[in-house]
Amino acid sequence: MSSTDIIIHDEKDNVGVVVIDKIIPNQDCNCWIMENDSSVKIQSKNEIPLGHKIAMIDFKEGDTIIKYGHDIGKVVKAINKGEHVHVHNVKTKKW
Amino acid sequence: MFTMLKLRSGNFMEIPKSFLGYKRENGRVGTRNHVVILPVDDISNACAEAVANNIKGTFAIPHAYGRLQFGADLELFFDTMIGTGKNPNVAACVVIGIEPKWTKKIVDAIATTGKPVEGFSIEGSGDTETIMKASRKAQEFSQWASEKQREECPLSDLWISVKCGESDTTSGMAANPAVGNLMDKLEPLGVHLCFGETSELTGAEKVCATRGATKEASDKFMKTWSDYNDFILKEATNDLSESQPTAGNIAGGLTTIEEKAFGNFQKIGSRKFIDVLTPAEEPKKGPGLYFMDTSSAAGECLTLQAAAGFNIHLFPTGQGNIIGNAIEPVVKLTGNPSTAANMKEHIDLDVSKILKREMNMDQAGDELIKTTIRAANGRLTCAEVLGHKEFIMTKLFRSA
Repeated sequence: MSSTDIIIHDEKDNVGVVVIDKIIPNQDCNCWIMENDSSVKIQSKNEIPLGHKIAMIDFKEGDTIIKYGHDIGKVVKAINKGEHVHVHNVKTKKW
Repeated sequence: MFTMLKLRSGNFMEIPKSFLGYKRENGRVGTRNHVVILPVDDISNACAEAVANNIKGTFAIPHAYGRLQFGADLELFFDTMIGTGKNPNVAACVVIGIEPKWTKKIVDAIATTGKPVEGFSIEGSGDTETIMKASRKAQEFSQWASEKQREECPLSDLWISVKCGESDTTSGMAANPAVGNLMDKLEPLGVHLCFGETSELTGAEKVCATRGATKEASDKFMKTWSDYNDFILKEATNDLSESQPTAGNIAGGLTTIEEKAFGNFQKIGSRKFIDVLTPAEEPKKGPGLYFMDTSSAAGECLTLQAAAGFNIHLFPTGQGNIIGNAIEPVVKLTGNPSTAANMKEHIDLDVSKILKREMNMDQAGDELIKTTIRAANGRLTCAEVLGHKEFIMTKLFRSA
């Protein structure tokens, strides 16, 4: 089995989590969807460190980020597939 | 959400049907055989510790409170003290307080379990005479307890509490869902389960409420969470957006409070909770999963869960929380490979292979079941060997 660079919890998730030291721009990454034990690939656009999230689809402002199959926040700045998803482009819906 | 994985991955480990525990007078089973010297109040700690020092096979549980508490705070104090003494991991108990009245109240309540318990009060006779009298009783209890043997008990005699700490993104990916996988497999066998951490479910509270097995349980959860949230809004100088997630959480990749909460929530797998417990409240609705209203501070949460009668604890950690408990063995697991390597002496089970896809969640759950049963059978946990005996009272408000 090829090494895993990114873990996706749930089939419904639209972000994955980097599980290697870091991902560099234009890296072809192997993703493991844990829920159904399947694999997908994605090409990164940014450098993304361990534990941080990558966009699995294109997002526009106002879209919802899904992780663990649940709503974990709203997109406040458009994100392209393969880009770093974090506090600079996503905010809680709580406050 | 991991039920699908379960169905598809096929090969299951056969779950052991029993473990070796200490059968108690009231039908409960202990995973440990402690003889405890329980001080009622702060000023009785010295006396209790002297007795424990005199008599081998016993230990004291010193703490900071027990004087001039009142109202709901006093009730919680008694529930915590009495529940600790009643816990089946405690074979026998010597209670020492400054005044006879509160000492007797605790002794009488522990005695309802049928276990040996005796109280001593210091006022009027002083430390030295109390130490002498209490040491004689402690010796009798220690030798009596030392003859108790472990017997084969059904797995349903396990009461498992869970709480995570020093979480990072690996907690939500590996260690917490491994606990959830264990819950999914053990709940059908009649095990009691308990999760808490009211504050750390903020962001996932509405989804958590849908996990109530009944409307009553869901409503009770939302009321408990709302009361907590109202308290935060009243006491806080701003909302939690600056502190949840913490700067450390954000550096580790956690973006929102919702993301943190759902990572935490992985610990209950796909289970539904049958009731909501107040702090230290003993479950009364039979086997299944319970939510307890607790602080998210590890020491306080575990002390309340142990006081409710839980006899073994699972503690997933990311960055490496080192917590133990006075009477409940604490089994620690991590999905963080650095923590597993650099804090090896604290980690009972390393599930970091999940991140490399060298272990799936079913295998991690199976490994955790094996580790839990070994600890229940008597293998000392890392926290026990390293001497962690945290016993931290939850204080609702200041004393009079």
